[in-house]
Amino acid sequence: MGGKHYLPLTDEDRQEMLAKIGVKSADDLFSDIPAEVRLQRELDLPPAISESEVLKHLNSLAAKNKHFHNCVSFMGAGVYDHFIPSIVSHITGRSEFYTCYTPYQPEISQGILQAIFEYQTMICQLTGMDVANASMYDGGTAVAEGAVMGCGATRRSKALVSKSVSPFYREVLRNYFSSRGLDLEEIPVKDGYTDKSELEKMLGDDVASVILQQPNFFGLVEDMDNVADMIHSHKAVFVVSVDPLSLALLKSPADYGADIVVGEGQSLGVPASFGGPLLGIMASRSKFVRQLPGRIAGETVDSEGNRGFVLTLQTREQHIRREKAASNICSNEALVALGASVYMAAMGPSGLREVAGQCLQKAGYAREKIAALDGFEDVFPGPVFKEFAIKVPGDPAELNKKLLEKDILGGVDLTPFYPEMKNTMLFAVTEKRTREEIDSLVRELEGWK
Amino acid sequence: MKYNIIDGVKYTRKHEWARQEGSIAVVGLSDYAQDKLGEIVFVELPDVGTEVEAGKGSAVIESVKAVADLYAPVSGTVTEINEELLDQPEVINSDPYGDGWVYKVEIKDEGQMSDLMDKPAYEKFVVEEDEK
Amino acid sequence: MRKSKALIFEMGRTGRQGYSLPSNDVPDKPLGELLPDKMQRSCDLGLPELSEVEIIRHFTELSTRNFGVDTGFYPLGSCTMKYNPKVNEEAAALPGFAFMHPCQPQQASQGALELLYNFEQGLKELTAMDRFTLQPAAGAHGELTGLMVIQAYHRHRGDHKRNKVLIPLSAHGTNPATVSMAGYEVVQVPCDDRGLVDLNALKEALDDTTAALMLTNPSTLGLFEEEIIPMARAVHEAGGLLYYDGANMNAIMGYTRPGDMGFDVVHLNIHKTLSTPHGGGGPGGGPVGVKERLIPFLPVPLVDKKNEEFYFDYDVPDSIGKVHAFYGNFGVAVKAYTYMRMMGAEGLKQASTDAVINANYLMSLLKKTFYLPYDRICKHEFVLSARPEKKKGAGAGDIAKALLDRGFHPPTVYFPLIVEEALMIEPTDTEAKETLDAFAAVMEMIAKDIDEDAEKVAHGPYNTVVGRLDEVRAARSPILRWEKES
Repeated sequence: MGGKHYLPLTDEDRQEMLAKIGVKSADDLFSDIPAEVRLQRELDLPPAISESEVLKHLNSLAAKNKHFHNCVSFMGAGVYDHFIPSIVSHITGRSEFYTCYTPYQPEISQGILQAIFEYQTMICQLTGMDVANASMYDGGTAVAEGAVMGCGATRRSKALVSKSVSPFYREVLRNYFSSRGLDLEEIPVKDGYTDKSELEKMLGDDVASVILQQPNFFGLVEDMDNVADMIHSHKAVFVVSVDPLSLALLKSPADYGADIVVGEGQSLGVPASFGGPLLGIMASRSKFVRQLPGRIAGETVDSEGNRGFVLTLQTREQHIRREKAASNICSNEALVALGASVYMAAMGPSGLREVAGQCLQKAGYAREKIAALDGFEDVFPGPVFKEFAIKVPGDPAELNKKLLEKDILGGVDLTPFYPEMKNTMLFAVTEKRTREEIDSLVRELEGWK
Repeated sequence: MKYNIIDGVKYTRKHEWARQEGSIAVVGLSDYAQDKLGEIVFVELPDVGTEVEAGKGSAVIESVKAVADLYAPVSGTVTEINEELLDQPEVINSDPYGDGWVYKVEIKDEGQMSDLMDKPAYEKFVVEEDEK
Repeated sequence: MRKSKALIFEMGRTGRQGYSLPSNDVPDKPLGELLPDKMQRSCDLGLPELSEVEIIRHFTELSTRNFGVDTGFYPLGSCTMKYNPKVNEEAAALPGFAFMHPCQPQQASQGALELLYNFEQGLKELTAMDRFTLQPAAGAHGELTGLMVIQAYHRHRGDHKRNKVLIPLSAHGTNPATVSMAGYEVVQVPCDDRGLVDLNALKEALDDTTAALMLTNPSTLGLFEEEIIPMARAVHEAGGLLYYDGANMNAIMGYTRPGDMGFDVVHLNIHKTLSTPHGGGGPGGGPVGVKERLIPFLPVPLVDKKNEEFYFDYDVPDSIGKVHAFYGNFGVAVKAYTYMRMMGAEGLKQASTDAVINANYLMSLLKKTFYLPYDRICKHEFVLSARPEKKKGAGAGDIAKALLDRGFHPPTVYFPLIVEEALMIEPTDTEAKETLDAFAAVMEMIAKDIDEDAEKVAHGPYNTVVGRLDEVRAARSPILRWEKES
């Protein structure tokens, strides 16, 4: 039988225990399941295998995949190949952290509670917001919940989202909104940027939330001048989705007037994991704290006056407020948030600036080189952080196939999301890419047609 | 009686009280209600000018692990709210019939006041509730 | 032993660094050339400056101030805190899984797709469902996804009247919260004196506005809903669908399946039933399975196979769309799949058997001392009421604190709401008899302590790194972040 080493009961144990319970066999404990729905056969699953066999099997599956360790990646679109210091997995691998539940008993959960409190503080520092929660599932659900928060705060039911917000996130947002019966309209994009004059026209006193992304999906740094004023003049809520790493260089969202900051935290030391687990970031001004979904750790004192931490403001949450809760979220990505804290602590202010600075420099270098190639076109002029859109002379899927032969993970094809942008790809360049790697990408592109 | 039930106010079956002062009713939570909720940490007040309807939620009172709606004892327009509670919600615990009042409302229908319980009726009601 | 731990922001010194990065090898341009001044950050980052060893010691010390399944017995009801096999962690950390990009070409992702495909086959068999999406990142996320699918199904049929979802009183808080999120109205269904859903009340509540019934079976009381067949029939006859909250699936693997009971949609908490760790609150995984007629509405993409090649299928015209930016918590799916392969059919069934034996055994030990409101055979968990102890001066929450002092994680307290002073106990399948005996002995000692000095018990715990924390203060004047003293 499989998994015997996880199941301590011996046959003798079971007999003794059944006798104590007062039944003859284990089957008697299942007699309340009506015969009609009892499974009359064994489950039809692959046979149990031993630990060494399972590792062999999993290794053979993993070996069929390309990944950042055997390829050079220029893929982004929300998930990036950033460097992750060794200490991150050493800390998240401590089983006092990863085998505990949500800290309902604070006196024996001070470790994870303090870690969450420190994480919340770091997110507040980066974004300039007053409060942050313990995390959301990913950037997409964080955007959706941020937009919903705006509806709750304003008691309105319409949101405007820029088409320069990640199409992956807009899909999730659209779904959350349509299910709830809320209205969603898309703000058009002009030359890769949110069309601010269109935004102004679309704004009205029925708008709850306006969602922009910084840097936007095309990698461009949006000009946030006057955006907050425009939104606030209609008493709507300004939600911005950010790449937290970019905030080492880019203006803090608080400084351009954002009310709610959401985003994907994968760039903070989180393995890409084929797109999950990721890290949804959620922070806001203090006046929205009652609408904030999810767990929040807060500081307090114990009976002797020692500082300690607890989950607080829990009346917002599903287990107390039930159908009136701010959200249904229960499990989140706490361990991933812990990893992000370790990453931010390791990088510190100078490391984070160095990483962001190298992204900026290297992306700029790659962009210039690729744009200079015959047949390749830099689609949107303007400053970018670590990603840029390039029109390529042919089918992006074909190009990626060819690059893959050279162990290069190429760019993300934009055509499925923006049909009007034919043969356009999004390339991401992180601090991990060397000049030689960028040059070899350029050489491959040059030779392709 | 374990709870302080006073004269001069009328009570609802949801444990709110209302005290008539001319055309205005002052509204709050009874001593029984504050005791059951425990230490109150947050109060969500209606805006002045809001129309409240008898029997419908008009404010929200929160303790650490419970949330209670304050159902309006009578219908009418909110004329004043107790902003003190925003900073010191615990006043509801310490002085439920005095400084712990929640809001004042312009009474729309005098009849609704007389439908509420007086002290003896409410005392009896509370005893029954407590035995459940 | 009582002491506070310094916050990371109170440590370190300007100029220390905890990272090592290569230097920039492309020609360095002035920052202003790449990024206009007005777009640049103008305030401090406000992060701590520490060396690597200081960071390691800080977080290691934090970890010692924390209790996990690896520390000790964790009978937290409804959370299924069973052992998290280490091989799962090793598998998920393989670079061929952990460092894959979600947008990389499918021909370069065949191993991952094969794993997802095979995992789905296993989940289908385990639950008797016809198709699964692995996108939901947690149980509550699965609930929302499931209700969205149900909503799409009704809307697609032009049946727009259905705006209510029925939920028993014993349900998890996520159920009613999910119902609201999906734009539905909650209708509570009462339980009868056996603790089971009141079938007649259910029938009365059903009509042509019923979109679905959400049910956890076994329930949060650990009781199997024996009348599931007539319940399912009644809901279907009213035109509604049945949603299975799989939070308690750990009790019935190999014995019965939601699909066979008549459920149309199911979510599983793979961080419960399939042994993946809870991570202090996540990441989890909440795959959603559906019956044939609901497949067209599942989120995209689905994973499929053609000519021995695996691929993402986006061609699902009536799909609700996406609920996660990519494919959900893939890394968690790797762990759950690893567990399934190691256990096999027989092992999974044995896990459920042992979970149920453990729960009934512990219940038989504890009911001598504590009040058991629903005294009948349970499944994976049972609920005691500390009402008598509360009258003596120490309730469920105080018993929980007393357990902390004796090295056990307490049960879930004050839930489910239908039991006053509830202590919800789930020992799981991965605990030895000796552990349960020791726990029962400690519970008896606590009962005795309450008899002797309830006041003392009401002020515990005494042996933890901090004493009882002031939650009122935390909620009245929230301090939600550290701030530099000015």
